[in-house]
Amino acid sequence: MAEKAKKNPRVAMPEQDPQVRARNFLEVPTGYTPKMAQEEAARCLQCKKPACVAGCPVEVDIPGFIDLISQGDITAAIRNLWTKNALPAVCGRVCPQEIQCEGKCIVGKKGEPVAIGNLERFCADYERENGTGELPPKAEATGKKVAVVGSGPSGLTVAGDLILKGHDVTILEAFHKPGGVLVYGIPEFRLPKDIVAQEVNFLERLGVKLECNAVVGRTVSLDELFEEGYDAIYVGVGAGLPRFMNLPGENLVGILSANEYLTRANLMKAYKFPEVDTPIPMGKNVVVLGAGNVAMDAARTAMRLGAENVRVVYRRSREEMPARQAEIHHAEEEGIEMYLLTNPTQYLGNEKGRLTGMECLKMELGEPDDSGRRRPVPIEGSEFHLECDLCIVAVGSGANPLLTSETPDMKLNQWGYVMTEEHSGKTTKKGVWAGGDIVTGAATVILAMGAGREAANSIHDYLTLGW
Amino acid sequence: MFKIVRREEMAEGTVILNEIEAPAIAKKALPGQFVILKAGEDGERIPLTMAYTDKDNGTITIIYMVVGKSTELFKELQVGDSFTDVIGPLGKATHLEKLGKVICVGGGTGVAVLHPITRAMKEIGNDVTCIIGARTKDLLILEEQMTEASHDLRVCTDDGSYGHHGFVTDVMKEVLEQGDVKQVVAIGPVPMMKAVSNITKEFNVPTLVSLNPIMVDGTGMCGGCRVSVAGETKFACVDGPEFDGHQVDYDELMLRLQAYLEDEKKCHNDYCTIRDAQ
Repeated sequence: MAEKAKKNPRVAMPEQDPQVRARNFLEVPTGYTPKMAQEEAARCLQCKKPACVAGCPVEVDIPGFIDLISQGDITAAIRNLWTKNALPAVCGRVCPQEIQCEGKCIVGKKGEPVAIGNLERFCADYERENGTGELPPKAEATGKKVAVVGSGPSGLTVAGDLILKGHDVTILEAFHKPGGVLVYGIPEFRLPKDIVAQEVNFLERLGVKLECNAVVGRTVSLDELFEEGYDAIYVGVGAGLPRFMNLPGENLVGILSANEYLTRANLMKAYKFPEVDTPIPMGKNVVVLGAGNVAMDAARTAMRLGAENVRVVYRRSREEMPARQAEIHHAEEEGIEMYLLTNPTQYLGNEKGRLTGMECLKMELGEPDDSGRRRPVPIEGSEFHLECDLCIVAVGSGANPLLTSETPDMKLNQWGYVMTEEHSGKTTKKGVWAGGDIVTGAATVILAMGAGREAANSIHDYLTLGW
Repeated sequence: MFKIVRREEMAEGTVILNEIEAPAIAKKALPGQFVILKAGEDGERIPLTMAYTDKDNGTITIIYMVVGKSTELFKELQVGDSFTDVIGPLGKATHLEKLGKVICVGGGTGVAVLHPITRAMKEIGNDVTCIIGARTKDLLILEEQMTEASHDLRVCTDDGSYGHHGFVTDVMKEVLEQGDVKQVVAIGPVPMMKAVSNITKEFNVPTLVSLNPIMVDGTGMCGGCRVSVAGETKFACVDGPEFDGHQVDYDELMLRLQAYLEDEKKCHNDYCTIRDAQ
């Protein structure tokens, strides 16, 4: 098997050197050349029943667009992608392909799977840099108005799908810039903000209207949107309520939620302070609590902001780390240390109320818990001190009640997430759909997009056939 | 864009009033709520509690002290210029109730935030004594408006240049000693709110304070505005900005407000040096 893989190796995407990139905010992988893309595309077996498509939450015609690349027709390839995915430049970069399309790829059974994500990214980047700018065809106007609340991945997908079906779509965004988690959460070095802006601009060119600074639930309610003449509303506001550890000393200066740290760095571009006006704490000894993708993003950001050392503290073992393998690998290459089986017990500060360190306990794995993962158990007498002046808490998020608490007729589950009908995203409030993290809890960009696709289909049915 | 339709300088130019076109916010805003404003593409998001709202004209008014680069940039905006972004109304509105005798205490630009609350308290039938203070006479703001909004206005200056020579807390204590006060609302610098709360606690009079910690989004997403209230962590942006004054950990709040002090000072100085050189 190994021999076969060697004969037909995957074309690696060039990356910035770890030592260099650990101190800059430029994108880590630098992209395929057209020649590399064609070479990689040639590895696709063009399966009659493509397993990869079944692995894609938005069912991109993967063999189709890859075939067009191998024929050298990138313009046709990107148009093929757009029919299923309004955000290919984003998905090519941040989707967990290894558990989706590429995880199902037949070539991958005997070697490395076709680099579907890299090829998707290549098409989107090529079109952006060299494309004709020609838009995909739109259905005739239906005269129906749809409001999309939140401009994250699920909202953008709904907007993209419904505008092509001929509806009049307006996106309402609470922040001053569109993109949701794509702009405030995911760092520049993983997803350049210009690319997000261009994906949004693509939707605007298709006719989608965009209203920023609109906090639905505060500036305007869902019922008021209906009064304004909207026929249907999609709620994709994200999870957006940071969790803390509830440890003693948590309000010391120098302890931030990952949401705050990343919003400062990404949305507010505080890494350019004082060139921009928003500051960000510069940590020398940085600790990140949690081991998901957000934790890796925070750790890698801290390193780029000049930290002497960055430690990821996680109470379980490497196997249970929720982050993508590739992200953990990139983080470690950049010098980030993993303090696994380690649990913080309290924060320590000085007389100025600033963080100076934390107490931790070593853990070992015991019996499996409710999640099926082995429960970490403290090792008695293993307390130790970890010096740190900046701690970023990345232990997940809950449901932000800002909109939902103002909408009593939209039912929530016991954790405050919106209850929806499976496969349609319909909520209990007539004319309102929901999807993404406010329904599922924190998940991935592509799952939110998948939910958006299902809701868009259901909204279209409603607007053309009825509730 | 959010156009400035009226601009006034107060307190020798250290305090600025901006009336801003923001019809969607004006339509919904209630006393005690705040907005987030940003000037320029690379500007900082600054939370400010609204001083007035005018539903008919679709405007909101903010009154702020110039303390750093961001407020310096705000100050440069003239009538006809616009804020890049205004977001709101955010936070919970003041809980207003007819209680009887009420004292409203304001210091510095806190007086601006106190004004709509004082007026509303009077409108629903409370007997409102208002005490406002400043370091010196020239820094006092909204005296005339506060006279109108209350039944009895007392003014204090730290240097004795006008009104009572001393702190607002001295006068408040006198009024409390007369008895029958049902509620105190205190808005101003944190040390003032702390001092007021310490005294009202002795008199066992419920006290409302409005907090203005550092925040980014103002919608509960970042948790930067954490305050300890009755030993529990609250987010001022969504759980507040008003809290039970007797339960707030003011010392923690003061330390948290200084999180970026060095950065802010440097940024402000650099900006002013370059601007003044030009």
